[in-house]
Amino acid sequence: MDWITTVDHKKIAILYLWAGGLFFGIGGIEALLIRWQLIKPMNDFLDAQTFNELITMHGTTMIFLGVMPVIFALMNAVIPLQIGARDVAFPFLNALGFWTFLFGGLLLNLSWVMGGAPDAGWTSYTPLSTSAYSGTHGVDFYTIGLQIAGLGTLIGGINFLATIITMRAPGMSYMRMPMFAWATFITSAIILFAFPAITVGLVLLTFDRILGANFFEPGAGGSPVLWQHIFWIFGHPEVYILILPAFGIISEVIPTFARKRLFGYSSMVFATILIAFLGFMVWAHHMFTTGLGPVANALFAVSTMLIAVPTGIKIFNWLFTMWGGSVRFTTPNLFASGFIPTFTMGGVTGVMLASAPADFQFHDTYFVVAHFHYVIVGGLVMGLFAGLHYWWPKMFGRMLSETLGKWTFWTFITGFHLTFFVQHFLGLMGMQRRVFTYLPNQHFDTLNLVSTIGAGLMGVGTLIFLANIVITSRNPMDADDDPWEDGRTLEWSIPSPPPEYNFKQTPLVRGLDALWKEKTAGNKGMTPAEPVGSIHMPSATPLPFIMSVGIFIAGFGFMFSRDNFSSGFVSFLFNNYIVTGLGLLITFGAMLMRSLYDDHGWHIEPEELEGR
Amino acid sequence: MTTTHAEPVHGGLPHEPEKATAEGRNKVLAFWLFLGGEAVLFGTLFATFLALRNQTNEGPTANELFHLPLVAAATFFLLVSSLTSVFAIQAMHRNRPALLRNWLLVTVMLGLCFLGLEIYEFSEYVRHEKFGMTTSAFSSAFYTLVGFHGAHVAFGILWISLLIGQLARKGLTVVTAPKIYVSAMYWHFIDVVWVFIFTVVYLLGKVG
Repeated sequence: MDWITTVDHKKIAILYLWAGGLFFGIGGIEALLIRWQLIKPMNDFLDAQTFNELITMHGTTMIFLGVMPVIFALMNAVIPLQIGARDVAFPFLNALGFWTFLFGGLLLNLSWVMGGAPDAGWTSYTPLSTSAYSGTHGVDFYTIGLQIAGLGTLIGGINFLATIITMRAPGMSYMRMPMFAWATFITSAIILFAFPAITVGLVLLTFDRILGANFFEPGAGGSPVLWQHIFWIFGHPEVYILILPAFGIISEVIPTFARKRLFGYSSMVFATILIAFLGFMVWAHHMFTTGLGPVANALFAVSTMLIAVPTGIKIFNWLFTMWGGSVRFTTPNLFASGFIPTFTMGGVTGVMLASAPADFQFHDTYFVVAHFHYVIVGGLVMGLFAGLHYWWPKMFGRMLSETLGKWTFWTFITGFHLTFFVQHFLGLMGMQRRVFTYLPNQHFDTLNLVSTIGAGLMGVGTLIFLANIVITSRNPMDADDDPWEDGRTLEWSIPSPPPEYNFKQTPLVRGLDALWKEKTAGNKGMTPAEPVGSIHMPSATPLPFIMSVGIFIAGFGFMFSRDNFSSGFVSFLFNNYIVTGLGLLITFGAMLMRSLYDDHGWHIEPEELEGR
Repeated sequence: MTTTHAEPVHGGLPHEPEKATAEGRNKVLAFWLFLGGEAVLFGTLFATFLALRNQTNEGPTANELFHLPLVAAATFFLLVSSLTSVFAIQAMHRNRPALLRNWLLVTVMLGLCFLGLEIYEFSEYVRHEKFGMTTSAFSSAFYTLVGFHGAHVAFGILWISLLIGQLARKGLTVVTAPKIYVSAMYWHFIDVVWVFIFTVVYLLGKVG
């Protein structure tokens, strides 16, 4: 119950972590099933329909329900601490964002047991995703589930923007903000401007499928390419929503374990902003083969390649940070160092794909699959592993085992390269993506076998990580404030795990890497910016949970509003939008409650603070 | 920031009460951000409409359909309602809750007039012109864009009505003031969107 009503950003972080971890597991199992099907030619382990559902759900789950929540978990756990705040700007909305994400994800995954998962690919290209070609409710689960989950992301994004703009500790100017806070700031801005586009896209597709609208129906004047434009004007920035937080994590971990300040801090900041800006300018490079014409293709090719410049700046800055540092290869730093070459490889194939003429050859082959897995797994997942190992003691008060951590790293990275490196060659040899099997004797056999073995090894690496969590969770909570001893930022100046008010006294920030600056000046900790006083806290509330349940029910009702059920009563309930109305009533009722009864919160008094 | 409301503080309420607390300032800032997202939302809907506006699938075209006097009347109601919401905020800054409530009521009434005209317009199209959601890509885009705006107006009416109720219960305080201020921002935003709809959908439909 405590967990359902909590508005504490640190607890919400843990909720995001467990929920994201759960969906990560589901997405991982889907990946392993896909790889098992492709282990040999003409395999009949899965049929084509199931394979389509698996690739669709693997992509959708991993992007929207796996990595995004884990990113949000780290942001929630760390950002208020890093900027010296007691909380986020809107604790209530923070909880609401989590619950809408969770119920959207649940709705999407219910499709497995309710008559067929979505089967049109994670991009849901029309007309493949229209009722004519996708007759089950699968794509409805996709559109409505993602809509609800996306709402949560948007809420989270606005919350982080407001938090970072208004709640930084005294002295923390923008150019003294840690890089992870910068990454969160820019990522949230991208979320704010990218997610409404997919909101519209999903609405249009829902209307096409449920209300018989004609947006993507060529026979009635609609345009399937319109879907691609809307999807990718969201979808390409989404890539940066995923990778910029990883850049942020790497920029925290490497300076800590190299025991040097981050090389070229300001260029890192501006590179991040530039990447975000360019991210919105390049969506059509996903659409070179749809016939936009040579001028559009050339412009989008050049603008896409431009992104390599700020990204290259970042890569070199990380290398220069390590250069000459006294580097400690702890588990977080292993992942961070492993990130650099793997992500660079993904970037290089990205430039190859950005060349429009070459893309006509690479398009829809395993070369593309290899490229984006190098970016998302070799970049983002490595970054998340680095971040989780790094901030675990801060979040839970316990160190993870270094031995098991190193095992995780080596099995995971070996498995990763085995899986995806060979897929570049499979793609160049012409193996198509999204096809459920292949013929023998096309030189695909051995490389696919290698790839499947690699996927198994990545699975083993993940299991070792889980074992690490389970084993160390029995240890006492004895992590120091600054367990890595070389912490540079504010989160390491308070106990692990932090008390619910974070900072007894708001710290005074006197430079970049605030804590490091105090340490080198010979001080024990941060100088407070205020006297000890009464701290205002928001009250716990079940309303965010109830609102999300309402939206979940409403989405469910809308989805089945055109169905005939065997029970006449159930048909009556759905066909007259009674279920939808009921769900909305619950949500609006909860909103009404929220507006009628003001939350005055409660206070922690100075005596309590001293007495702990 | 320079202020034009130099009136003395009545009854202990600071001037600009919406920005008197950190929570209020956060709320106003976050609402600006939210409106940025809303702008993208409507931008995407406009782009969709522009792409599909001539795809009439042998159904009615914009030129045959639209009746500008009706739309002009609706526009008038909505634009004036924006003005009255400004009067409401000015009354709030002068700490005159009764006047504030009255201007909010006028705003809601004008919004209802707009919404009534829009419902009348839609039902005429469906009944007499056989122009429904499924008629053509143009019809789908039209109903979605204009309907989304209409739903925003409906939500705004509901929201401001609730705030009028809250004002009666709790009075004008530093807690209720930011809510009223933010709802006025919202109301201006949907008004601005309507200006674009009037131009891009109706005027362009008549002459383009």
